[in-house]
Amino acid sequence: MQPDAKQHGDRGRAGSGLVTVPLSLLALVLIWAALSAFMPADLLPPPLTVLALAADEWRNGDLLFHLGATLARVLAAFVLAMAIGAAIGIALGLSGRANRAFDPWLIVALNVPALVTIVLCYLWFGLTEVAAIAAIAITKIPNVAVTLREGTRALDRDLAEMARLYRFGPAATLRHVILPQLAPFMAAAARSGIALIWKIALVVELLGRSNGVGFQIHLYFQLFDIGRIFVYAIAFILVMQAVELGLLQPWERHASRWRRV
Amino acid sequence: MRVAIDSKSFGRDEILKDISIALEPGSFTALTGPSGCGKTTLLRILAGLDSDWRGHIEGAERLAYVFQEPRLLPWRSLADNIRLAAEPAGHGAAAEAALAMVGLEGYGDAFPAMLSMGMARRAGLARALAVRPKVLLMDEPFVSLDEAAAAQLRDLTLDLWHKTRPTVLMVTHNLAEAAAMADRVLLLSGRPAAIAADLALDQPRARRDWQWIQGISVRLREAMGNGEATSEPAPAIDKGDAAL
Repeated sequence: MQPDAKQHGDRGRAGSGLVTVPLSLLALVLIWAALSAFMPADLLPPPLTVLALAADEWRNGDLLFHLGATLARVLAAFVLAMAIGAAIGIALGLSGRANRAFDPWLIVALNVPALVTIVLCYLWFGLTEVAAIAAIAITKIPNVAVTLREGTRALDRDLAEMARLYRFGPAATLRHVILPQLAPFMAAAARSGIALIWKIALVVELLGRSNGVGFQIHLYFQLFDIGRIFVYAIAFILVMQAVELGLLQPWERHASRWRRV
Repeated sequence: MRVAIDSKSFGRDEILKDISIALEPGSFTALTGPSGCGKTTLLRILAGLDSDWRGHIEGAERLAYVFQEPRLLPWRSLADNIRLAAEPAGHGAAAEAALAMVGLEGYGDAFPAMLSMGMARRAGLARALAVRPKVLLMDEPFVSLDEAAAAQLRDLTLDLWHKTRPTVLMVTHNLAEAAAMADRVLLLSGRPAAIAADLALDQPRARRDWQWIQGISVRLREAMGNGEATSEPAPAIDKGDAAL
């Protein structure tokens, strides 16, 4: 895991992306519009039709309600996965013995298909909210643990020694020496975490919930309403990109501002 | 401050044996010897960073350590770096004053990555002095600086030592540096290493000219030769000697 290289790459892209990204997205919409002219409207509705449907879903309140339900699940699962995954990762990074003992478990956990986790959670805990959130969180925990384990292993021993010599104490050592070193790994885990979690969340809703974006997509799949499937899919993509650009990236930049000279 | 080290080993390899050192309060002692002989190990024992040894130590309180690499927290400003070290000792408010002492006034908000090596070393010295130490341990504090920056930092270090008078123990492989700065030079040599020479330098620093320094260096080098009676080749300690 190389959060440094990753961050620099992303920052470079963001700088030149102010012009390219909107143009590139516009091109995508134009291609969609052109394709829809040659296809039946119920198979590939044109962009303007989808926009009208979105306005309709917005007015009757469905869009906001289901987006909110999914976002709440994503948020709860995200917080759980980050906290539990970070605790496991830091513990494994600190103790070589614990790591040797539990590394195989981690590899097994990483390779359990999300679908299996979801189905088992519903079977064991029933078709409940708890089962849904647990299923989403469990699929993400191993990834967070692996990332934070690498971060913990990379902690600087020289700085730890300096903090000991100058008697920083545990609280100041954690806040000023250890957490700043783990922050890039937390940020990397958070970003890949959000990307994974919201996709899993839709599957969880499809299989066992009666609200949320995944539930709506399933509903309109059965009704063969491709336009409204587009509405929910695009709306959710936009919301998650807003979270990424508006919250996670600024936090990451703030956490690594000392790197810039 | 006094320390008596009966034995210090890494694994089955004994590094230090039967070393007893007493440092006068307010004195400036240089600890020198061939590279890899255990100078830094000895310093780390005094600092309490290494507890795996046999012997006893007293008077090791209010310690400060100038590390060879400055070991500043890269994600904290200079003022915060100093405050964090000085606060447990009760002198957190004096961070800016400590920076001014080493000629870094106005750099409190700068991050370590913005500094040259010489400035980072100054900041490390400021942090050590901000603790108002009784004992100041320094590990090769002038190595890998260009000669002008090193000379400037040596003068600054002596000047601040005069003003604040901590007991200094400075590790250096540079014999001329030891001869020019210290009022006592300890030579560590052999394997396991012991004190091979203990030289009091009474000559006032202002009157230590090049010739005098060379004379001391030669004596130290000879003492080192006696300690190294084994077949090991002569250690490379000449680097930088003539530069002072």
